[in-house]
Amino acid sequence: MRYLPLTDEDRTSMLATVGVESVDALYRGVPKAALLDRPVDLPPHGGEIEVERRICALAAQNIGASTAPFFLGAGNYFHHIPATVDHLIQRSEYLTSYTPYQPEISQGTLQALFEFQTQVALITGMEIANASMYDGATACAEAAMMACRVTRRHRVVLSGGLHPHYRDVTATNVKFMSLDISALAPDANGTEDAAVTIDDHTACVVVQNPDVFGRVRDYSNLGAACRAKGALLVVVVTEIVSLGALMPPGDMGADIVAAEGQSLGNPMSFGGPHVGLFAVREKFLRQMPGRLCGETVDTDGKRGWVLTLSTREQHIRREKATSNICTNSGLCALAFTIHLTLLGEAGFTRLAAINHARASTLAKKLGAVPGVVLLNETFFNEFTLRLPRPASPIVDTLAARGILAGVPVVRLFPDQRDLANLLLVSATEMTTDDDMDRLVAALGEVLK
Amino acid sequence: MASLKYTDQHEWVAVDGDTATVGITDYAQGQLGDVVFVELPDEGKSFAMGDQAAVVESVKAAAEVYAPISGEIVEVNEALNGKPELVNEDAIGDGWFFKISIDDETELDSLMDEKEYREFVKGLG
Amino acid sequence: MTDVVTLTGNRGLDLEEKLIFEQDKAGRTAVDLPEPERHDNRLGPARRTRPIGLPGLSEPQVVRHYVRMSRNNYAIDAGIYPLGSCTMKHNPRLNEKMARQPGLADIHPLQPQGTVQGAFALMHELAHWLAELTGMPAVALSPAAGAHGELTGLMAIRSALEARGDARRVVLVPESAHGTNPASAHMCGYEIESVAATARGRVDLAAMKARLAPDVAAVMITNPNTCGLFEDDMAEISAAVHAAGAFVYCDGANFNAIVGRVRPGDLGIDAMHLNLHKTFSTPHGGGGPGAGPVTLSKALAPFAPLPYVVREGEGFRLVEQAGETGAHPYGRMKGFHGQFGVFVRALSYMMSMGSDGLRQASADAVLNANYLRARLQGTMSLSYEGPCMHEVLFDDHFLADTGVSTLDFAKAMIDEGVHPMTMYFPLIVHGAFLIEPTETEGRASLDLLADLMLGLAKRAKAKEVAFFKDSPKLAPRRRLDETRAARNPVLRWMPPAPKAAAE
Repeated sequence: MRYLPLTDEDRTSMLATVGVESVDALYRGVPKAALLDRPVDLPPHGGEIEVERRICALAAQNIGASTAPFFLGAGNYFHHIPATVDHLIQRSEYLTSYTPYQPEISQGTLQALFEFQTQVALITGMEIANASMYDGATACAEAAMMACRVTRRHRVVLSGGLHPHYRDVTATNVKFMSLDISALAPDANGTEDAAVTIDDHTACVVVQNPDVFGRVRDYSNLGAACRAKGALLVVVVTEIVSLGALMPPGDMGADIVAAEGQSLGNPMSFGGPHVGLFAVREKFLRQMPGRLCGETVDTDGKRGWVLTLSTREQHIRREKATSNICTNSGLCALAFTIHLTLLGEAGFTRLAAINHARASTLAKKLGAVPGVVLLNETFFNEFTLRLPRPASPIVDTLAARGILAGVPVVRLFPDQRDLANLLLVSATEMTTDDDMDRLVAALGEVLK
Repeated sequence: MASLKYTDQHEWVAVDGDTATVGITDYAQGQLGDVVFVELPDEGKSFAMGDQAAVVESVKAAAEVYAPISGEIVEVNEALNGKPELVNEDAIGDGWFFKISIDDETELDSLMDEKEYREFVKGLG
Repeated sequence: MTDVVTLTGNRGLDLEEKLIFEQDKAGRTAVDLPEPERHDNRLGPARRTRPIGLPGLSEPQVVRHYVRMSRNNYAIDAGIYPLGSCTMKHNPRLNEKMARQPGLADIHPLQPQGTVQGAFALMHELAHWLAELTGMPAVALSPAAGAHGELTGLMAIRSALEARGDARRVVLVPESAHGTNPASAHMCGYEIESVAATARGRVDLAAMKARLAPDVAAVMITNPNTCGLFEDDMAEISAAVHAAGAFVYCDGANFNAIVGRVRPGDLGIDAMHLNLHKTFSTPHGGGGPGAGPVTLSKALAPFAPLPYVVREGEGFRLVEQAGETGAHPYGRMKGFHGQFGVFVRALSYMMSMGSDGLRQASADAVLNANYLRARLQGTMSLSYEGPCMHEVLFDDHFLADTGVSTLDFAKAMIDEGVHPMTMYFPLIVHGAFLIEPTETEGRASLDLLADLMLGLAKRAKAKEVAFFKDSPKLAPRRRLDETRAARNPVLRWMPPAPKAAAE
């Protein structure tokens, strides 16, 4: 048992120091009937070789994006992660430290968080950002709750362009709070006008850009309509790389931005762990959930950082806290910030441009396949196709040929049979010409 | 401000005609430590005696401030927004929180006077 | 030593590092990417028209930046990290290697289910281990962290109650509970009532029984509790709660004390979250990510949230929507399927430890805490007599009249090269010192901690106040001004104001 330093000799002499005969004596508060006298019915300990074999055998049953032409997105994207990112986040000092509650010996984590908060504020066009949330979907739920606290209203409008997982997570997390969630119908055609839904009870309208169908939107008018009625505009971003090419939500009048940061620095990892980004206008600072890192000085006058404004949090406010969030996504936020630091302004905008170029090329090629219609007027690196037949069986057929072709829209909206023929397709800097040609050829054959 | 009245939640009350000025006591600010933020009520808002009316935060603690009597908020101390440290520096002077109308004078009778409050604090150890 | 002044501000290996924004040169990048191909621009009118303001650095600068900063962090890899209630144990690198395997790190949650059967098998296997270890039949894997798990479990309880037309109103929470408990209960729409502790640091069974009534939906218990003690009335508490028609939620933050020795299901627990980043050794990463799967009793199993994996023939299927026979999911708590990368790490740890190793680990964790108790209790003030579980609680009575506070003591520990224990929690004792060594500390490191704490206690009792108030002197920073940070929050870097204004 390689992780346990105590020897039997240590144990014996330590028990003597404690003054008991056996470890069982230390469990004397446990009712006899509940104290197990032997190991539970699970396999015994295994060495590295054995554990590697067992887990790699499971991994081998999956088809990974690295080994197949890959076109899935829908809130989780396949991007390149520079070698430097994974090396740095595995440094002991980052990987194996706790939340920086003792700031004098946590300045590394704190300074990285301060830079992270600044980067998130810059790319979203907002004034301030927190030190991360669990993921984009839970950040969206927190944004809705926060809007209700700020406006002291209870109605939340969720756009039909919002990722259905974000819609469901928001509705579920607030299910037993006295909030009223109005989820608009899926907006596959991009005709929704959320402004008409705003009334005097509306705390916020939650929209997504690009929306779940890949469409790029300008919500400036909606932002103005919200302001006119005292509601907040919440903008969700599920593909953060898009902000290298698109107008930031802050410039559209967003009051809160809730985003998923996975695309920078973090592997898809079957959907988690990822990193929620949360940015707001400064006047809402006190109503913001999550941890915040702030600048200060030490007793020698040297610049340093601390976790601050923690009185908003549950350690102190208990049931009156802004949120129950405690552990967040520290290491994923670190991966995000390192990747964005590597990219810088030039790299980040270039990365976004490549993603768009790849998707534009792919859209053109797929649009030329007989029977396939491109639904989007606009898109960033993801778009929706209308196929002549239901998309799910086609995707399964293509998977059997070793091509991961995209996300059937009904996988996201299982109740919407009318969307059965729609397929969501994404391209990134990882998508090669050969990948595209294989998809185009295979789809053409399947549709023949 | 000849004589202050006190609550068992460590608010002080100074009666001036038909309004009362409210703040937290010197003992309370000492317990909280450095005050970093005060959330004040909206002017025009009405409270019943004992309702939560404001929140005061220090680095490590947050405390509710309750309306010591029933009434409507007629003025709040805007200076606290920029200088919350006034609560530490001058709790029963410049660090006042809000002025509230006196809806029911008899409620004042249930509050403690200076001597009673001093005894009360002593009892807290 | 502290009065050595250097020209650079560096102090040997202790290095100062500017912000990335202060190292910016426009146009520089550390990632070489090709020119985008010619393409039709389909971004539409809402494209970016102004610069972002991100700094440009090269790769060597970026590497150096994060390496220099990392030197200012303490870490479990560097020494004992006895933070009570946090379970800072060794984080095996095998777990990291497994999570990065192709076929695990590079799979997408919405791939056709036939292409990710190994991932479902892994989730199913993890759930099986957690179910066996807790003696509870169902597991909801998706919650992102402990507090998220609390909410998940409470929502299952509320759904079960509402399904029988009996929503109820109140959740009882012991006063020693972690702050997330009342915060989660509040988010679940409940009123919170506090339950007193006895002089023995346990839940007051009589007071709890007296309060149980048809308006009580659930009782939230942490067991072992936040004082590091086993709730020895747990079975009786559960029986009383069940007799009142309510459910028992257990905060599993302290499961490390009893893994493989006590199954919470045997004590009548209905729902319990497990912090995989505590008990099962996935790294804390400077504040996450964690994972907070919730185990559920038979009564609550039908009310687990979506999605979940079921075995079907030779393979597995992911249930993503309501409509399965006998299941009444109340919704979805998180995007996709949960913290899969954390699941891989936790399973890798559990397979490494096995049923025998986990049982030995809890025993060693408890022995280590009791060894520290034995060594320290003559000098420091033990809050509750008798054996503790995996953490031991002292309060600040031994510092009475010394002028030294728990905080001062902790800061002096920093200069001694160890991370301090958890301070000022739980709130029910004054100036708490909550020490959790974990099973991955050997005897030498326990003795080092005990020796230095005894030495500091001696200095405190000798009223060396200035020594303590000045601590830490040898850390990358002296004490930081938290009041200033909170009064005038500076939460991001801003470009310096134009020069003219400064002169």
